[in-house]
Amino acid sequence: MDAIIENLPIFLGGFWKTLQLLFLSGIGALVLGTVIAAMRISPVAALRGFATVYTEILRNIPLTLVLFFCAFMLPYLGAAPEYFTFAVIGLTAYTSPFIAEAIRSGINGVALGQAEAARAIGLTFGQTLRLIIMPQGIRMVIPPLLNVIIALTKNTSVASAFFVVELIATSRQIINLRGDATIAILLGVAFFYLLITVPLGLVAAHLERKVAVFR
Amino acid sequence: MSNNVLFDVPGPRARRTSRIASIVTSVVIVGGLFYLYLALEAPRVTANGTETPGMFDPTRWDVITDGRMWNAILVRGLLLGTLKMAAVAAVFALLIGVIFSFARTARSKWIRIPAAVLLDFFRGMPVLLLMLFILLIIGPGAYWAGVAGLAIYNGAVIGEALRSGIQSLPKGQRESGLAIGLTPVQTRLIVEFPQAFRQMLPIIIAQLVVLLKDTSLAYIIAYPELLNIGLRQLPTTYGNRYFFTFFFIVLIVYLTVNLLLSWVARIVARRTASGRKTRRTGPTAGKDEKVGVDTAAMNAVMPDSS
Repeated sequence: MDAIIENLPIFLGGFWKTLQLLFLSGIGALVLGTVIAAMRISPVAALRGFATVYTEILRNIPLTLVLFFCAFMLPYLGAAPEYFTFAVIGLTAYTSPFIAEAIRSGINGVALGQAEAARAIGLTFGQTLRLIIMPQGIRMVIPPLLNVIIALTKNTSVASAFFVVELIATSRQIINLRGDATIAILLGVAFFYLLITVPLGLVAAHLERKVAVFR
Repeated sequence: MSNNVLFDVPGPRARRTSRIASIVTSVVIVGGLFYLYLALEAPRVTANGTETPGMFDPTRWDVITDGRMWNAILVRGLLLGTLKMAAVAAVFALLIGVIFSFARTARSKWIRIPAAVLLDFFRGMPVLLLMLFILLIIGPGAYWAGVAGLAIYNGAVIGEALRSGIQSLPKGQRESGLAIGLTPVQTRLIVEFPQAFRQMLPIIIAQLVVLLKDTSLAYIIAYPELLNIGLRQLPTTYGNRYFFTFFFIVLIVYLTVNLLLSWVARIVARRTASGRKTRRTGPTAGKDEKVGVDTAAMNAVMPDSS
């Protein structure tokens, strides 16, 4: 326990880095994921094809490989070597198709009759989406989106292998200093992760129940 | 939602606009890819004046005719590294999942509540942390640390899936099992569990794809799997100029294996879905009977799909 308390500043530094990774790549993935989802339902065939290929590739390769690309190929393509930025780019790219799929399945979850009814009373395409589909779709989308964010929280740990000093990397530093307290240090790291994932999970479960009643 | 409900059938003008947009975006996408190709293809001049060839230069690709390289990637990396770890971890994950799902639905709260806490603990944890935990504290070597980390984490996820499968079964299943004189344990094993497993099979297979992808985390704990061999060992043996080539090969191998598995998952999902449909249209199917998968419960177990 004393190993954690005396190294608390280092721990908090790592936790802060993890939060930064989570926040920046979460925002990035939400934006990019929404764009990809929009591309996948767009009437323009080229956009649909591009979004489909993008989704299939990124969903079927490991995150480690994506981060490898960001850490070793982006500098070659002329990006300034800043590993934190590379990790954010990699996590954003990797998470965006999952966000897109969550959004798409939420929108698809709105009963077809809703859209038909909206069209039948003469609403336009924009009105149908804005007033009928979106308000219902977003409710259904939020729980799965939160689940993707929870997964992202856990995925930030992979950045530790690519020169980003977040929670896992700091724990390895501290273990090097205090080899006798490995169990306590790793449990401390686990605690910090649970501090993010458990509240998010509870919110997701709560919303899920509410949505279920709503339906 | 099919698009044709959302807007009227496009007339000639709308069709033309959409066709033009399609062509313009195609040009933009192809242009972007071509730019990327040129950027990779161009030779580089390093600071001390030596010129390194572009990424598609034959001197960077002559390695693909080398049988030993393919042996290293496909046999040592994929088969004896990644797939061996994934297969063993999958078996243990299924076992752990079954045990968790039983513990989680046990009648005694002395079993149920600790199981729930443990499940949430393991599910809220990065797999990498579990692997490190086992590696540094129990110390069974990188292979077993990787297998155990993957098995525990994915076991927890599969356990949660099976639990929601068991709980989404109609109550009558359990009641009729008890009514014909089976003990509660027999009812769970013979009546409820097989149905829950069948219903959750698509999710379980999807989770196994995730498990396969996550074996790449073992790279970080220095286990020689596909990523480690392809992007660490081979560039050291053959020289760093082949890095891009090896990256490309590893990417293709992962894509092929995972797309194959996802394809199997989709077929299984369609089979179980159609199985349910025939059961539903049967004469006994009542409206209040809840045979289908509870989608809310499914979402609850999906988080780990990333």
